[in-house]
Amino acid sequence: MSFEYAPAPESRSVVDIASSYGLFIGGEFVEASGGGTFKTVNPATEEVLAEISEAGADDVDRAVRAARAAYEDVWGPMSGRDRAKYLFRIARLVQERSRELAVLETLDNGKPIRESRDVDIPLVAAHFFYHAGWADKLGHAGYGADPRPLGVAAQVIPWNFPLLMLAWKIAPALACGNTVVLKPAETTPLTALAFADICRQADLPPGVVNIITGAGETGRLLVEHPGVDKVAFTGSTEVGKAIMRQVAGSGKRLTLELGGKAANIVFEDAPLDQAIEGVVNGIFFNQGHVCCAGSRLLLQESIAEEAVDALKRRLGTLRLGDPLDKNTDIGAINSAAQLARIDELVSSGEDEGADRWSAPCTLPERGWWFAPTVFTGVTQAHRIAREEIFGPVLSVLTFRTPDEAVEKANNTPYGLSAGVWTEKGSRILWMAERLRAGIVWANTFNRFDPASPFGGYKESGFGREGGIQGLGAYLAVDDAHDVGAGR
Amino acid sequence: MTDRVEVRKTYKLFVGGAFPRSESGRTYEVVAADGTFLANAAKGSRKDGRDAVLAARKGFGAWSAATAYNRGQVLYRVAEIMEGRSAQFASDVMAAEGLDAEAAARQVEAAIDRWVWYAGWTDKLAQVLGSANQVAGPYFNFSVPEPTGVVVAVAPQDSSLLGLVSVIAPIVATGSTVIVIASTARPLPAITLTEALATSDVPGGAINVLTGDPAEIMPWLASHADVNALDLTGVTDADLAVTLEREAAGTVKRVRGPQADHDWYATPSLSRLRSFVETKTVWHPMGT
Repeated sequence: MSFEYAPAPESRSVVDIASSYGLFIGGEFVEASGGGTFKTVNPATEEVLAEISEAGADDVDRAVRAARAAYEDVWGPMSGRDRAKYLFRIARLVQERSRELAVLETLDNGKPIRESRDVDIPLVAAHFFYHAGWADKLGHAGYGADPRPLGVAAQVIPWNFPLLMLAWKIAPALACGNTVVLKPAETTPLTALAFADICRQADLPPGVVNIITGAGETGRLLVEHPGVDKVAFTGSTEVGKAIMRQVAGSGKRLTLELGGKAANIVFEDAPLDQAIEGVVNGIFFNQGHVCCAGSRLLLQESIAEEAVDALKRRLGTLRLGDPLDKNTDIGAINSAAQLARIDELVSSGEDEGADRWSAPCTLPERGWWFAPTVFTGVTQAHRIAREEIFGPVLSVLTFRTPDEAVEKANNTPYGLSAGVWTEKGSRILWMAERLRAGIVWANTFNRFDPASPFGGYKESGFGREGGIQGLGAYLAVDDAHDVGAGR
Repeated sequence: MTDRVEVRKTYKLFVGGAFPRSESGRTYEVVAADGTFLANAAKGSRKDGRDAVLAARKGFGAWSAATAYNRGQVLYRVAEIMEGRSAQFASDVMAAEGLDAEAAARQVEAAIDRWVWYAGWTDKLAQVLGSANQVAGPYFNFSVPEPTGVVVAVAPQDSSLLGLVSVIAPIVATGSTVIVIASTARPLPAITLTEALATSDVPGGAINVLTGDPAEIMPWLASHADVNALDLTGVTDADLAVTLEREAAGTVKRVRGPQADHDWYATPSLSRLRSFVETKTVWHPMGT
């Protein structure tokens, strides 16, 4: 049974989007020296939201110099106690402006307002609160009595959780005494630019946070700039590898949070309704644009049929459409390019002989959309079982024994996350020990918290974000010779 | 002094707990610090490197699954065996590095003590690097360090025994397995160590020792898909180090950079242990 819902759109009136934005360097918005611009659009409507400046080599240099000056003159020498207070201010401002930030995020990214309002923005505030408290307690974190910052951090983030990824990068960097130059993704720059305004409201000293916008080339210039001491990147494994090659031999510290192909493993004793909810959340949260998404469902053979039926039934009730509608479950795909990639991989699944099922729903005429899709009859050799799709597409495989489940789950170059659903406690711990992944969610999935370290094994990257372990990525650890230190 | 002709030995590699010759059939002359001939050592090849990766991967299952208590005992056993052979180690180090007897003995003692130091770390690291995490919700959440996997290391070129032990002990202490390329010009202390390892309780494949030229072997291992991490401590050629770092990017290997002129006698920090562990975080809901 499904219910009809009247539209319940969140109001756009809380946001005030300028027609064009400059670069935030040294505490003020400045024009890009080359004069290049690009447009950011609402992926749900294809409406142009604003014109964004494209930072070139001179702008990157200016931003790194501003960050260096702020590091040497103000932020580096400042007491941890005072750095903490700036971070607390930022956390409060995020809370105060949370509705505006949520709407802005949904407009620019296409994610449902329910998620930006209830997940993204509250976690952003939580990250600043958590790290604010560390700023004057770093001597207790296990990195020596008086651990020093690294200097200037170059940070490049993706479009799937724009403001949350900014918080994951900026909060620990600032708490540890570094200054930053951050480049948001070219399709989702607006909340980062709103964050620049929050820095201004907080009276954060100029140059401590610099936001430069642009595409891959701007990111490359930033990462390669010789004035940078630390590079932090979240994004695709392909770009992460390129960055590793770029910084090789430079002495820059590096942390990478890359792709994933997580297995969500359901045993026959798991409470099926709860497990299906978790599976749905695991892959269809944020349209599947999640590096730790549970994109491979491993079902114990005895319950496979029943579970797939329940899954399809549940997916039939998901509402796809206007991301600003508070009842929407599935929003828009972030860009035409990402939609093309999803289409391509889904076609490969059909061509290679897997069985496709897509939830019956009407896709809006404008914008970029993809109906929740499940593939059954998938083998480990299929591309849809090996490659990260980064979309609302689930590949279902089966297993008989716990050993086989572990073997299949680990049979991937990635190692970011994994899920286990079973009522048996000893089996949870047995599985958790053997899964080669940085995060194991047992009887839950896609939970995030600033106190909980996040990051991968193998080709999912190295270094951790969040928790006491995450601080190491932004501190000059004694005797450090790690290229990607902080592990 | 007698005029007996000494028995000269051609040393071999140590892979998977066995002593194979280099598949290339090549050897190279090892001379003492004063230039006198000491021995022939195997000149490891690309294929030897690959064989060692197979052995290290095979060894990883059992070694990483062993309890931390057990790994600590195995590491301590290496110290015990070295202690019994300390005279041989001292004469190797003396010849290799041109040290006097006192300095050589001091290095051997420090190397033995280094095994003991890391033996004591195996069952404490999770308490020091791990954590119970206070998340904002009804979840039990904890983080533990786990071994990275197969690590390829280049031992220091100067400190032939203490440097070597200081590199490999922290790698295996956490449950990773190692393939180490011994000091090219001073490999004999490493070879004597393999003979001690073979009679200790270290399982086959946990520690694999190659002799030869890192510039020849390392590029193949840096790009090998079944290697998880590189420790470039003993790489003295800066260009080679950059090449290896770039190669490592192909499968996102963890890389620890070169470390020249290090005082190996200093008590280590946790840095080496941290380099080759991964943090795993586990969530579980709380409820009735």
